[in-house]
Amino acid sequence: MNQQVKPILDIKNLTTQVNTEFGAKTLIDNISLSLFPQETLCIAGESGSGKSVTALSVMGLLPPAARITNGALLLNGENLLTYNERQMQRIRGGDIAMIFQEPMTSLNPLMTIGSQLSEAISAHNSLFGSATKQRALELMDAVRLSEGKMRLKQYPHELSGGMRQRVMIAMALVSNPKVLIADEPTTALDVTVQAQILALMNELKADFGTSIILITHDMGVVAEMADRVAVMKDGKVIETSPVDQLFAAPKKQYTQTLLAAVPLLGQKKGQPVILPNAEQPPILSVKDLTVRYDIKGGLLQRATNRVHAVEKVSFNLFKGETFSLVGESGCGKSTIGKSIVNLTSWQGSINIDGQEINGLPTKQMNPIRQKIQLIFQDPGAALNPRMTVGDLVGEPLLIHKIASGSEVEDRVADLFTKVGLSPEMMTRHPHEFSGGQRQRICIARALCLNPKVIIADESLSALDVSVQKQVIELLQQLQDEMNLSYLFISHDMAVVEQISHRVAVMYLGQIVETGTRAQIFENPQHIYTKRLLNAVPIADPTKRHARTLIQNEEIPSPIHDLKYIPQINEYSEISKGHFVATYQN
Amino acid sequence: MIGFLSRRVFESALILIGITFITFLLLFVLPADPVRQIAGRSATPEVIANIRHQLGLDLPFYQQYWRYFVNLLQGDFGRSYLQKSEVAELIKARLPASLLLMAAGIFAELLIGLAMGIISSLRRGGKTDNILMVVSFVGVSAPQFAVGILMLYFFAVKLAWFPIGGYGTWQHLVLPALTMGFMGAGWYSRMMRSSMLNVLEQDFIRTAKAKGLGKLKVIMRHAVPNAILPIIAMIGIDIGLFVSGMIVVESVFGWPGIGQLAWQAIQRVDIPIIMGVTLVAAFFIVIGNFIADVISIFVDPRIKLK
Repeated sequence: MNQQVKPILDIKNLTTQVNTEFGAKTLIDNISLSLFPQETLCIAGESGSGKSVTALSVMGLLPPAARITNGALLLNGENLLTYNERQMQRIRGGDIAMIFQEPMTSLNPLMTIGSQLSEAISAHNSLFGSATKQRALELMDAVRLSEGKMRLKQYPHELSGGMRQRVMIAMALVSNPKVLIADEPTTALDVTVQAQILALMNELKADFGTSIILITHDMGVVAEMADRVAVMKDGKVIETSPVDQLFAAPKKQYTQTLLAAVPLLGQKKGQPVILPNAEQPPILSVKDLTVRYDIKGGLLQRATNRVHAVEKVSFNLFKGETFSLVGESGCGKSTIGKSIVNLTSWQGSINIDGQEINGLPTKQMNPIRQKIQLIFQDPGAALNPRMTVGDLVGEPLLIHKIASGSEVEDRVADLFTKVGLSPEMMTRHPHEFSGGQRQRICIARALCLNPKVIIADESLSALDVSVQKQVIELLQQLQDEMNLSYLFISHDMAVVEQISHRVAVMYLGQIVETGTRAQIFENPQHIYTKRLLNAVPIADPTKRHARTLIQNEEIPSPIHDLKYIPQINEYSEISKGHFVATYQN
Repeated sequence: MIGFLSRRVFESALILIGITFITFLLLFVLPADPVRQIAGRSATPEVIANIRHQLGLDLPFYQQYWRYFVNLLQGDFGRSYLQKSEVAELIKARLPASLLLMAAGIFAELLIGLAMGIISSLRRGGKTDNILMVVSFVGVSAPQFAVGILMLYFFAVKLAWFPIGGYGTWQHLVLPALTMGFMGAGWYSRMMRSSMLNVLEQDFIRTAKAKGLGKLKVIMRHAVPNAILPIIAMIGIDIGLFVSGMIVVESVFGWPGIGQLAWQAIQRVDIPIIMGVTLVAAFFIVIGNFIADVISIFVDPRIKLK
């Protein structure tokens, strides 16, 4: 950026602290950032680095316990910190607008889209009646929401996540803000929807001349969007560089490690896939698995509609192998995981280590349960906060009456060492651990019964990339040592590429393409696989690609009326082990 | 909507039938004997047996209940044993006073309770919050007869702002309504406070602030309507508490409603009146819940009618 150009927003030596019972704690420490006209500045960093606090400080939306203790916030040379509440209200949504991470919860569920939009419009413009409505419609057009008139009458729950985020953006644009702060705007969205929203933001930047501060943990999004990047860590700005420079030659050690930890799509290109034990019978074999839920209603609570969550899915998982189910939300991947451990009712056949479990009574099911264990997405929620982690990890042994007393303790200590924790930590409670450590504890608990198969349902999604990398390494190391099989359920294509031997891509309850990692990632055949791969942002600004396959359409709903008979995919084997659903229109 | 309505009417009818049965059963197994009350202490066994036979009280339980139930279906609540008049007439004469008191009581408890809850949540941890929560604690725990008598003492006797008792003008209504509402206000202020604190942390409140809305608008348009949702359902249940409170409050203030009628009937084991008042009360609880559900549907667009 040209030094002569004056920044629109200049954050100078900003320090924000929060009151805690142990005194003031510094959340962001003396940070300085400048945002120039028509620029996208990305603030990147891992959780707890102070990215969001920076945004909330600028907006004057800090929680009551937090306050700015030092510095200046210059918007076009005017210090916002000298403004009173009334003046700040004019700035918020006026000169500086903000959109948030969770489009699902960021809109008032009791008000229509139209009234929420009009409310923002009339807060900043003196428009009346039909003029407000006209403006609302213009904004709906601006964010490419179809059928604007109808949408304005709808309530938030009637819209998908992507559409709600568009509404949020429309709301932010009501008075052509000079600065748009987007705090993880696509983190909660599916990758194809993320691509749509990011593309929209770039278009709006050009159309409206808005400068954007984009806060994200995703280096792929940074590479895709940023002009300049500020890397934050522990409340400080470590490094601010133009995006090309940051990725090509990061100045600081931390930036280098951060970038090194980012799973890159295509990282494994050209490496052969060595399939373990494919000649032996599979440890887990799923055949024609179907899961449907009835939606009930009416006087007698009869079924009115049916969710076709999973339709005739078949696959095998071999010993020592990682098989990934990948797809977007609602594609049925997690339902498959739940079916295998009987947490939902299902039809079809599931064979675990040679034993068919369909129709098996609970008593005979219990020993089989030991062979399959689960690791979930949110390690914080998966651990009972009132129990010590040692008790949590040892509990399965007690439940299955495998060990008791000091035996349990020895076993748990052993497991702690195995997952890279110290056995002395056993007496602590879950809240004393970081996210990554908690996931290690969950892994230790899953390993406790010497399982043969581990189902990892989005187990890495909630972790920062550096931690994610360590956990992936841990999982691979454990697989080598214990000959474990993983059923890895994820939406993250880059992680799936890193960890998998074989992959199945799911769409609307069915597998559309399956094959080895190399077959899927290097030679994708199905249109949906291609679209999915194309939508993943690449953490390399030189590869900013023209996104040819971005479509503003959404995945159709899996809910149908009772008469609906799903069309079951047929597959053709295009090379050994690579099956593609024959594309039907 | 029609499906929903018909389901609710069907359910409500079942509930009311269940209530007639349970109340009738309870009165049947009660050791008190209505015939002795009617006949007086000096009556001969023949007289007693005669009265018992006339009232049908010598029949087995299921026959007694069946007779009552069939009459009820024809709109016949029976005759009072002691007051020599139709139960339906007695209730009809007294119902308006009770409904008025109930409506005023609910209005008072919501107005006071919700306002207290909203203010405390906005002043969380502050002095105002603490004071209001102490008041709400008193409201929840103080017995209604004590509150009623204290109100009478201060506002009617000492200050003479309101009449001591009776029925007729709006001044008569104030103290009984406040007494009725005080306990509920205690509950509602607590519920509203925690509901508000929960809502104020929601993302859409942050969105509303980020739009540049003023504080009052954020609270009144975005926070309060969402915070009130879980409370609407409570109002329906609350009417049940109100009916029991009515018996106490109407006695303290000499309010000529069905509460007083019930109290007299209970003392004299006048079964038809007890049954009648219980049924009317149950009817209002059912109606109250029904109204609460309908309001929820209108306030919350996420509730879909199937």
